[in-house]
Amino acid sequence: MPIESTAMPMPPPPPSDPDRSAARARVAAARTQHWARTQRLTAVLLGLWLATWFGTVFFARDLAHLSVFGWPLSFYLAAQGSSLIYLAVIGAYAWRMRVLDRRFARLLAEVA
Amino acid sequence: MSGANTEGKRYFRRLSRYYLWFTACLALFLVALGILEREGMPRQWIGHLYMFGTIVLYATIGVVARTSNVSEYYVAGRRVPALFNGMATAADWISAASFISLAGTLYLHGFDALAYVMGWTGGYCLVALLIAPYLRKFAQYTIPDFLAARYGGNGDGRGTTVRAMAVGATIIVSFTYVVAQIYAVGLIASRFTGVDFSVGIFLGLASILVCSFLGGMRAITWTQVAQYIIILVAFLIPTMWLSAKFAGNPVPQVAYGSVLPKLAQREAQLARDPREQQVRTAFRARADEYAARIKGLPHSWEAGKVEAQRRLDVARSRNAPLGDIRTAERALLSYPRTADEAARLWTEERAANLARAQPPEPHADPFPGKTPEESDIRRNNFLALVFCLMFGTAALPHLLMRAYTTPSVNETRVSVFWALFFILLIYLTMPALAVLAKYDIYTSLVGTDFSKLPTWVSYWANVDKANPLISIVDVNGDGIVQLAEIAIDGDVLTLATPEIGGLPYVISGLVAAGGLAAALSTADGLLLAISNALSHDIYFKIVDPGASTQKRVTISKLLLLAVAFIAAYVASQKPADILSLVGAAFSLAGSTLFPALVAGVFWKRATHQGAIAGMIGGFLVCVYYMLHTNPILGGSADAAWFHIAPISAGVFGVPAGLAVLVIASLLSPPPSNASMGLVEHIRAPE
Repeated sequence: MPIESTAMPMPPPPPSDPDRSAARARVAAARTQHWARTQRLTAVLLGLWLATWFGTVFFARDLAHLSVFGWPLSFYLAAQGSSLIYLAVIGAYAWRMRVLDRRFARLLAEVA
Repeated sequence: MSGANTEGKRYFRRLSRYYLWFTACLALFLVALGILEREGMPRQWIGHLYMFGTIVLYATIGVVARTSNVSEYYVAGRRVPALFNGMATAADWISAASFISLAGTLYLHGFDALAYVMGWTGGYCLVALLIAPYLRKFAQYTIPDFLAARYGGNGDGRGTTVRAMAVGATIIVSFTYVVAQIYAVGLIASRFTGVDFSVGIFLGLASILVCSFLGGMRAITWTQVAQYIIILVAFLIPTMWLSAKFAGNPVPQVAYGSVLPKLAQREAQLARDPREQQVRTAFRARADEYAARIKGLPHSWEAGKVEAQRRLDVARSRNAPLGDIRTAERALLSYPRTADEAARLWTEERAANLARAQPPEPHADPFPGKTPEESDIRRNNFLALVFCLMFGTAALPHLLMRAYTTPSVNETRVSVFWALFFILLIYLTMPALAVLAKYDIYTSLVGTDFSKLPTWVSYWANVDKANPLISIVDVNGDGIVQLAEIAIDGDVLTLATPEIGGLPYVISGLVAAGGLAAALSTADGLLLAISNALSHDIYFKIVDPGASTQKRVTISKLLLLAVAFIAAYVASQKPADILSLVGAAFSLAGSTLFPALVAGVFWKRATHQGAIAGMIGGFLVCVYYMLHTNPILGGSADAAWFHIAPISAGVFGVPAGLAVLVIASLLSPPPSNASMGLVEHIRAPE
């Protein structure tokens, strides 16, 4: 997706004045909502990230007695599990943000 | 829009085709070398072929991708597809230290070393969620660009102060790091081809320069993708082989789970073994001897010197064999010159002997300690190290710079995903390699007869005479190898894996080529980060804003040359203290740049004054803690806060930087409308 076509913050001017201000208000509201959703998503995923690494390390001694397929749970989480969760966090973020971006682009197209 | 899209797809397909061809050629090259080795080609030649073959390859890519267009030179024309940008980022990221030393560190330190795996991968969450997409939306050239535009609203309006400070931080962080990479290039080259250390450095430098000098970011990106493929192949082939051999499953990440319990059993057995205890007692006795000598200073130093001289005289007067005289001479030469030096050396020797007198720590146990407090201290240090590595990763300029090179914001987000994916292919294998190799050494090397040592042991023991990578000495004289008699340097593990697994030398050469690729790719990115900061931010933005684009690129190339030679010169001096400070680069980057970068996006009220104060505050706290607690820098470990090691200074620096930024911002007038507008712009969707 080239930046030039969609990065324009404002839609091209529609014919009449009241229409234009209404459209502008809609776009502004959509932008605010987009940012609020981005923030919420970021906060949730960062929470998951923090819980993963901090929990793994802080409770490592308590988890060491449990075992998954031969690994002590804490060793598995530190060596592989937490890294795989990070990867999932980044994947989820990229996917969800694309959905949000597309929704916004559709609204822009509608207004225009 | 759809036209650009199909063109992007065509470009992606073309690139994929090139790299598939490249991989096929690499496979052919390996097979050909394997046949040549069978036909009796000497090892030295294979080493040379790898070294020159790969260097010529990188230089060729550099020549093909040469450019003097500003956008191509600084950000590869912003059209690197996400997948390839991820590969290039992974190569940028996997440094010589993580390729060569991380598996060895995991071998030596067990659970504690997993902090590196957790921290270095976790940093990518911060990059992906907080920084990279916004930098791409901002769409300029460097990290100081962003900070200057965001915080430059007040004052002179151009953000010169913020820019200059960001450039300073970039240079301090990247320079220590690049010196370590170039040092590693010299080390690998000299170990594998037998050329002199400094010759190795300048050979590596030549390939770095041809590549980045001619083509900037564009050439570096395409070279790094090729280097990533070499790194991956070089790491996976021997590890998969080892895994199939010991665990009956060629996927090491899955297979080593079954080896871990067996290793734990063996460790417990070795901890109780009477012969092992005998060796450990011998080391404890040596440590006690050093303790007595340290106590007897300075008389013990004088007595020792007289004794060394006397031994030499005796050997000479009774016409002892030449070897004995040489040994006596060497003992006298290496004897400490002053009593102070003796105190330092003997303390080190005592600590080393004491360490070897300890029974092996269970590999998979988290934070073993004699008391709960000791165990807690280890846990806290683990947490602190993970924290610093994460926040440092999220603030390394050469890594963040890559966010600018993709075609869109969405591609940037996806490219961070691919970057972590490609890094994990290697990083999830490292702990597996450590466990598999440890199991092999504990079960088959320990207990063998000294007359039947495997050939890889004697080979690697003789590679680096000054600093032996592995040494096995029969301490208790029973003719059998005990675990406590093996002293192993972390670096040898990755390098010797092919031979431990019984693979031909071709694969060992490939591993060395992988290490070289890891060092060169990281050095490339770092040098570009430094020279771009100097040429774009200092020269173009501050000194001569009217410079033509041609002039900007030329200046950038000249500065790159200069920085590369300075770094190579520093590395050729083998600066031990700089190398030991590389870990500290993460703390410094995190403390100085991270607060300003994140607040710049997520907190509109962050101001010019706040950013300056935050950067200074974070930097000072971090540096103060290091100077205060690192013995190499003249501090003392007793001065540590909460027993946190100096390498984790960022655990204090990052919060301090954030706090200072917030307070100073609230105390200063709100940022200008231009800054507000910029924040709105980078937050908005494309």
